[in-house]
Amino acid sequence: MSLPILTITLLAPIVAALVIVFVPKEEEKLCKWIAAIGTGAALLLSLYVYFGYDQSVGGLQWVDFGGPVPWIKDLGVTYFMAVDGLSLPMLLLTNLIGFTAVFASWNVTHRAKELMIYLLILIAGVMGTFIAQDLFIFLLFYEVVVIPIYIMVIIWGSSKRVTKEYAGMKLTIYLLIGSAFLLVGVIATFIQSVLITGQANMSFEGLARVPFPEDFQIYMFGLMLIGFGSLLSMWPLHSWSPDGYAGAPTAVSMIHAGVLKKIGGYGLIRIAIYVLPLGAKFWAPYIAVLGVIGVAYAAMGALAQKDLKYVVGYSSVSHMGYVLLGVASLGVIGVNGAVANMFAHGVMAALFFSMIGFIYEKTHTRWIPDLGGLSHQAPRLSVGFMMAGMASLGLPGLISFVPEFTIFVESFRVFGWLAVLAIAGIIITALYVLRAGANTLFGPAREEYRQVKDLRGAELVPLIVLGGVLVIGGLLPSLLFDMVNSGVAPILAHIQETLQIGGR
Amino acid sequence: MVDFALTHAWLVPLLPALAFVIIVFLTRPWPKLSGAVSIAAMFSSFVLASFIAYGVFTNPGFIEKPLIYSLRWFGMEGFTVDVGVMLDPTSAMMLFMVSMVATLIQIYSTGYMHGDPQYSVFFSYLSLFAASMLGLVISSNLLQMFILWELVGLCSFLLIGFYTFKISAREAAKKAFMTTRIGDFGMLLGLLFLQIIFGTLDLAGLAERVPHYEQYGISLGLLTLIAILVFIGPIGKSGQFPLHVWLPDAMEGPTPVSALIHAATMVVAGVYLVGRTLFLFSEVPGAAEVIAFIGAFTAIFAATIAITQREIKRILAYSTVSQLGYMMLALGVGSLSAGMFHLWTHAFFKALMFLGAGSVLHALHDKADVWQMGGLIKKMPITGWTFVIGGLAIAGIPPFAGFWSKDEILVVTLEYAKQGHALGYLLFFLASFTALLTAFYMWRMIFLTFFGKEKPENHPHESPLSMTFPLLVLAVLSAVGGLVGTPWANVWGKWIHFGHPHHGEPSYGLMIFSVALAVTGIGLAYRLYYQDEEKKLAKQLAERYQPLYKLSYHKYYIDELYQWFTRKVVDASAAVFYWFDIHVVDNLVNGLAGATKLSGQGLRYFHTGKIQTYALVFFLALLVITVVLAFGNPTLAGSMGGVQS
Repeated sequence: MSLPILTITLLAPIVAALVIVFVPKEEEKLCKWIAAIGTGAALLLSLYVYFGYDQSVGGLQWVDFGGPVPWIKDLGVTYFMAVDGLSLPMLLLTNLIGFTAVFASWNVTHRAKELMIYLLILIAGVMGTFIAQDLFIFLLFYEVVVIPIYIMVIIWGSSKRVTKEYAGMKLTIYLLIGSAFLLVGVIATFIQSVLITGQANMSFEGLARVPFPEDFQIYMFGLMLIGFGSLLSMWPLHSWSPDGYAGAPTAVSMIHAGVLKKIGGYGLIRIAIYVLPLGAKFWAPYIAVLGVIGVAYAAMGALAQKDLKYVVGYSSVSHMGYVLLGVASLGVIGVNGAVANMFAHGVMAALFFSMIGFIYEKTHTRWIPDLGGLSHQAPRLSVGFMMAGMASLGLPGLISFVPEFTIFVESFRVFGWLAVLAIAGIIITALYVLRAGANTLFGPAREEYRQVKDLRGAELVPLIVLGGVLVIGGLLPSLLFDMVNSGVAPILAHIQETLQIGGR
Repeated sequence: MVDFALTHAWLVPLLPALAFVIIVFLTRPWPKLSGAVSIAAMFSSFVLASFIAYGVFTNPGFIEKPLIYSLRWFGMEGFTVDVGVMLDPTSAMMLFMVSMVATLIQIYSTGYMHGDPQYSVFFSYLSLFAASMLGLVISSNLLQMFILWELVGLCSFLLIGFYTFKISAREAAKKAFMTTRIGDFGMLLGLLFLQIIFGTLDLAGLAERVPHYEQYGISLGLLTLIAILVFIGPIGKSGQFPLHVWLPDAMEGPTPVSALIHAATMVVAGVYLVGRTLFLFSEVPGAAEVIAFIGAFTAIFAATIAITQREIKRILAYSTVSQLGYMMLALGVGSLSAGMFHLWTHAFFKALMFLGAGSVLHALHDKADVWQMGGLIKKMPITGWTFVIGGLAIAGIPPFAGFWSKDEILVVTLEYAKQGHALGYLLFFLASFTALLTAFYMWRMIFLTFFGKEKPENHPHESPLSMTFPLLVLAVLSAVGGLVGTPWANVWGKWIHFGHPHHGEPSYGLMIFSVALAVTGIGLAYRLYYQDEEKKLAKQLAERYQPLYKLSYHKYYIDELYQWFTRKVVDASAAVFYWFDIHVVDNLVNGLAGATKLSGQGLRYFHTGKIQTYALVFFLALLVITVVLAFGNPTLAGSMGGVQS
């Protein structure tokens, strides 16, 4: 393990972006191929890391450069790249979606070169948040991702209800306000840790060992909850999500809904809960309530939509409610379910958005009443769309069923009838998914879409890769769960320990 | 070979599943080949299932001790799920029956679907459908069962909506999925309860633990609730009132699919699940009563609808709903034996009649109204006479299959009543009256379709051998399939039972009673729809009791009620939620942005897209929070070097 594999993985898209800079902008295909190679390399590397991780040992592995490399000594900042069972699924997810997002943008001709560059930077930024084990580096990457998103939405976006500029701005402002709250919480936590221990240490592990007072934890957790919660589109901080996704170009919707918002859930577990367990204990019931409201509320919102992207936008808010519910249970089973569900939802949302992107490209509309009968012209596209839909409504045999069931088991045990409301969400979800899917794809073939061509060539990549993961993950859930469990169990064990000592 | 089959029972569902994969990825461009792959796999499954059945039914050890093997599917501390195989007489019987009926239906489909552009796709769905159902049957774990249960639902969705060019097919497919989904929600809650309380969903484990529920700290009331929740799943799947509405619409799919759904897969899944979890229901008399009552009510309710329907498949569909109610009734009064027996005989005669109806539709180019048919038996003798056998079987004429199973249900219901259960005699009355109605509406259909005057505008012809062969096989089974469970030598009851096997003396009185009911029903139909060539009396009756006739013909307006509920309640509240979201929650956000008075012009400022804008917001927010925190919280204030107050 002499090679810093994680750093190389992180650099793969960045190097590709640098190469593209020197390609003339007329060479669109070349730019796209370079992007595909860069993200493909990152995907292969993350697969290698994923399957090379030793779950029986657990803990942080694949540590680059043998350990934390001091960077800013006074603040205790280190370049510390490593992965455990919590980061690995997220790393893999990022690269699965990053790779397919390139192919989902294959037909973009408007300023394709720049699109690829921003896309690659975005992917690297997201990846960085998941492999950094140092709070400072984490925040650095966290802020990096905002800029390309904003630019991509306002240049390549499209929207109907609101302008794409509004959508882009809303997305960006939300993230920034959220991160401001987060930043305050993080800085305060860091300073407090210095005051308590007399040492500056920015690593998650180091911070988690600091015995923060309970009041302090509750305040700080609250701030971080606003920060991470708004990124995770926690009700009522969700309203950027449907507008933002609808306005964003396909690749951004895929990455944003697929992985970027998962940074919220990841951060909640990795930082907020891990470092501030007493705060977590205080806030957990509130998180559960907000999660349940989110599930039901956003499902109803999705039911009222006629624009495909809005349907999926609201749907993703609803699914994040399940994640919050699982996290709030603060039990191994529930948190496992939450993390697995983040992965599952990421794959499914990315497939959904890529298929909607293709529908929009081919029919120039996303308005459900104007669509219909597309399965006649585009059976493959329909298969992809239905697979995403079926995963979304939690069909067993596809990836999201087991995570959802796992969350239900734990949250039903912990929260009782409150969880029932969230479980009832599966009915509403089925209703809007079936309506969107059946009304778009089934029914008589429409004259105006006679010329629509089915997916072919590069367009098939998102369907094959993401659809394949949906099925494999659905049939063999232990591939994902064993990994997640190896990361979550130690964190939860640490929390239980702290709660037993510090709990009153 | 028998040993191999017993230890490799998972191959039975796996083979059709493989056929699905092969057709989808390889043979789709070649319809003939796809059909062949599908049938070959299905037939191999049937052969394997026959060996399994032979192995099980020659070794009485299986009655008390099922063969179970499983492997870990996934697991974590405190929650593990094993998937596996559980073989006992009940599942062996189901494997045998499902794989046989599915094979026959696939053979039939080669004729029925001939020339369809989606021929390969159709066979791939049929294979997946059969695979899911067979997997459900051998499941050793309730979660595994639930998973395959949902896959069965998916396949039915795909097959009901198979004619994608039809709007009605699309709507029916959605309806089937949604209605059963509501049932699944209840069932899911039940499963969660079981998992949390008993720590397992293995059927064997639950069967051991549930009787000692008090040790797990729950009351009889809660267990009753759990049982009822679990039962909501079968209500949806097996088309019981009030979630029966999807089943009649499911005939929008190609007819072989209807046969498959109504006879061998899908709807019997619910009955089978109740049978599989009888250890739970037998603990809670309250829940068992609910099952029995819903079953009996569904039986009579659907029968009263069937008597006025005009479309041949719709009549059959309501008859299925009604017969499923019968099965539920039997399970509710505690007899696994009678419920499963009726499931077995019903599979044959209902598959027979659906396929026969398909043959008729095939001949008449999809004209479905029985009033526009007549005298078909002359041109279509095989279809006609096999259909008559099916009609005799379902009406309950001895020695045809339906007689024995229906008689068994009447026997156990009467016993239940004699044991002093409050509703017992009511259940018995409902069951008897349903038997009368069943004979009546079935023979009404048969007389109108196959007898009487031929209509000159129809040019019927007998269907090809691929379609008539399955009819002949099923007709034989409908005739003799019940002889395994006669009251004199009840082999069935010896092998398939829950608790103590049933040892009743043959009740000749009841047999005569039940035959009398059947004969009366057929006689009434004969009088109204055969003797009376102009059907004057029937029309007069419909006129005189018009409100009742309409109520029945419009299925008690339940579909309309549900549609109203979806439109006016669900969709309307969704609109309210959405309105709230963009006008209240969103405005709160926009309003907050305005309140910071960055530009004094609120939103318009956002449209400028200046980087400075959000830098400012960012900065201000940070400032506000820092100030609040610094003065609000002494601990933090200290840590940040703030002024200690």
